[in-house]
Amino acid sequence: MPTVTMTVNGKQVSADIDPRTLLADFIRVNLDLTGTHIGCDTSQCGACTILVNGDAVKSCTMLAVQADGAEVTTIEGLAENGEMHPMQAAFKEHHGLQCGFCTPGMVMSAIDLVKRHPNPDEATIREELDGNICRCTGYHNIVKAVKAAADATGG
Amino acid sequence: MSETRENGIGAAVRRKEDNRFLTGEGRYLDDINLHNQAYACFVRSPHAHARINGIDKSEAESAEGVIAVFTGEDLAADGIGGLICGWGITSKNGEPHKAPPHPALAQGKVRYVGDHVAIVIAETPEQAKSAADLVDVDYEELPPVVNIADALAPGAPQIHDEAPGNECYDWEIGDKAATDEAFAKASHVTRLEIVNNRLVPNPMEPRAALADYDPGTDMLTLYTTSQNPHVARLILSAFVGLAPEHKLRVIAPDVGGGFGSKIFVYAEETVVAWAARKIRRPVKWTCERTEAFLCDAHGRDHVTTAELALDDEGHFLGLRVSTKANLGAYLSTFSTAVPTYLYATLLNGQYKMGAIYAEVQAGFTNTAPVDAYRGAGRPEATYVVERIVERAARDLNIPPEEIRKRNFIPPDAFPYETPVIMTYDSGNYQLAMDKANELIDRAGFPARRAESEARGKLRGLGYAAYIEACGIAPSAAVGSLGAGVGLWESAQVRFNPTGSVTIHTGSHSHGQGHETTFAQIVSDRLGIPIENIDVIHGDTGTVPFGMGTYGSRSLAVGGSALMKAVDKIVEKGKKIAAHLMEAAVEDVEHNNGVFSVAGTDKQVTMAEVAFAAYVPHNYPEDLEPGLDETAFYDPLNFTFPAGTHIAEVEVDPQTGKVDIVNWVAVDDFGNIINPMIVEGQVHGGIAQGIGQALLENTVYDAETGQLLTASYMDYTMPRADDLPSFNVETTNTPCPHNPLGVKGCGEAGAIAAPAALMNAITDALGVEIDMPATPEKVWRAAQSAQARAAE
Repeated sequence: MPTVTMTVNGKQVSADIDPRTLLADFIRVNLDLTGTHIGCDTSQCGACTILVNGDAVKSCTMLAVQADGAEVTTIEGLAENGEMHPMQAAFKEHHGLQCGFCTPGMVMSAIDLVKRHPNPDEATIREELDGNICRCTGYHNIVKAVKAAADATGG
Repeated sequence: MSETRENGIGAAVRRKEDNRFLTGEGRYLDDINLHNQAYACFVRSPHAHARINGIDKSEAESAEGVIAVFTGEDLAADGIGGLICGWGITSKNGEPHKAPPHPALAQGKVRYVGDHVAIVIAETPEQAKSAADLVDVDYEELPPVVNIADALAPGAPQIHDEAPGNECYDWEIGDKAATDEAFAKASHVTRLEIVNNRLVPNPMEPRAALADYDPGTDMLTLYTTSQNPHVARLILSAFVGLAPEHKLRVIAPDVGGGFGSKIFVYAEETVVAWAARKIRRPVKWTCERTEAFLCDAHGRDHVTTAELALDDEGHFLGLRVSTKANLGAYLSTFSTAVPTYLYATLLNGQYKMGAIYAEVQAGFTNTAPVDAYRGAGRPEATYVVERIVERAARDLNIPPEEIRKRNFIPPDAFPYETPVIMTYDSGNYQLAMDKANELIDRAGFPARRAESEARGKLRGLGYAAYIEACGIAPSAAVGSLGAGVGLWESAQVRFNPTGSVTIHTGSHSHGQGHETTFAQIVSDRLGIPIENIDVIHGDTGTVPFGMGTYGSRSLAVGGSALMKAVDKIVEKGKKIAAHLMEAAVEDVEHNNGVFSVAGTDKQVTMAEVAFAAYVPHNYPEDLEPGLDETAFYDPLNFTFPAGTHIAEVEVDPQTGKVDIVNWVAVDDFGNIINPMIVEGQVHGGIAQGIGQALLENTVYDAETGQLLTASYMDYTMPRADDLPSFNVETTNTPCPHNPLGVKGCGEAGAIAAPAALMNAITDALGVEIDMPATPEKVWRAAQSAQARAAE
């Protein structure tokens, strides 16, 4: 069994794992960070999106061994000193979530989006979130939340 | 409710539950693990229709990590019954609907791809999945039938011995003679053939189950993704026979969306719960997405012929509807009610409809069971009524808003009895229509259309003036129509000695925001800060028996139960306050958590009263200690949310692409507790309706019965860039028969949207097409329309 070592939410973790273990399963099962959700089998829904070295990645598309040495951030690692990340706060303020299942992945994708498009218009936000499926909100308030977070972070 | 209190009724309070969902601290089913748990994988039929001549499980049983393999024989040997359908429908000929057995694991035959054959339980999920492939099932393939028209035709493959010709029921409602008469004197008849496409609900959290048996207490606990844990417990206990009701605890924790599909009691949850006791270890099963496509109950799937009789001024004289409904291979929990009492009773729409006659023939096919999906029957009814009304307007050259105006039930006509057994309670349909026309700039449409045309594009405007019956439902009424349960709701308001409050509700939130809305009601009424109120739901071990959440019922029924419990708290509180203030009870007034004596400056707070109730040192002699009240509320009628949605589209005839350029929704939900949450519900509903009209379709191969759309690679879910932003507003005619005056908002969007969008697309194209309006279909229609125009 190979050993993987990575930094997850600022903490170094190491484990011996079955080489076929997906990064999504490693996070959920080995690290018990269950905020990262699994919503499909085909890397379509985006519920498992996390940040790997700062980039949004669907964690079901990566083997855990591929993340060896990487810096990983999950939804649990966003808040600082009990203060939600501006993107999390914007989702709450603009009711960008209902059942909450797609939300962690959506927030992660949105953070990556704003990093690449500091001042996105509605069309850009919609196009960039195309990899994350939400069945509850119709995306209307998600788009508002992302725009507000971008504005708040000085986009 | 004149002024809006901070965090009270009418305030857009930010949701209490969001903190945990946004930080990864939600607890969905797959996030829960129990010590020593084993993992289940189901062996599913690869065939749509086959006889099982034998099952050899020996190789699977000896595979690494396998604990047990069970089949239908094992369930039967333990006396575990099949799954039930809880609503009886009586056919035209007086016979009850055909109810063939629905074993949780197949007995001798499989009837759709994905049908449950065996459960494999192993130490790890991977081992269970690998071993499931080793279960050797000897299938003898039979010809399948997947379309309802084919299934009901003579000579179709016979799916159940108990249902000759694959018919479940042939039902009717309305007055046939009066309707025939209306058509005889009509000056115009509009006829429409309509297909309502089959959908897969697709909540983002797949179903899952985790069961645990405690031999010490003989308690079987089932954690499951349910919208109604008490109903699940009742069925699993009384009908399936898993355990006595008091020895079965069903817990539905954070549930990631439902849309109807998590109402039902399925095979997997049933078998997992039974197996946990059998092997004396916790057993966990988590559905994969393709399994969800195969086995979650689907929605819609109607084929309808509708005819509308009109006089020469466009008044609706009569409506005749004939529908064939596909119920799939087995009857799901409430499947029979959806194409009957949840559908045909809404065919009256918002109109004075002279006479109505509807018949529904429902049957079995080799496809997944079909049951309630967001709107459940009401989207199908609205789609029939609003498509044919729009068609009639075009036939008679009357503007679509004008033909509706001529036929709307006027605001002074309520209560209004329809020809299809509903009594509408309140509404103002023209008001919503006028507001919607204003918001979409109806007057400016011709200019916008001309401008599109100049660019080679086709612009269309489509209306849906929908009505739905929500707040399900008066128990006596639904009982008389065949329901096996009552549809009241429960609520408990429990004060703690320090003045904080725990609310228990029998309804269930899987995204709707009960933890906030219900807390707002209690905060508003009892003056308790919202942060000191917790809402608990979803656990039969802690919450009073409740009927759960579906049919936009939580607030209208569950919220009303909560209001009744609040009233009881106030009533008892007045007695305690009177004692503390040394006043007569009848002189004590209550307002927002403060008890006072009329005409004096004496007052005590709710917190002081709660403390006195639990530390009753100075307390009325004849009063029980404690401040903890439970109430049950059985509604007097359905509620009837209604409104107008208008879609404006631009179609590119060169590519068939439909752009939704504007969407206006004006809904009458009665009073509103939290406008932010209500708007969100409308957005989500519209998105699902647009999904149905534009993108989503469930396709079974007619030859093999294989599901061709069984993943997100094949089934087109609406994504952010498929949808516009929505212009959502409300009107308010309060519900006259529940204490909050609320009507329900969860399904409106999904009910209104398909008709509005298809009316807009067909307006642009000038020809009729069926859902989903994919680019290919739209392109072909545009080409044929242009070819016709050139002739």
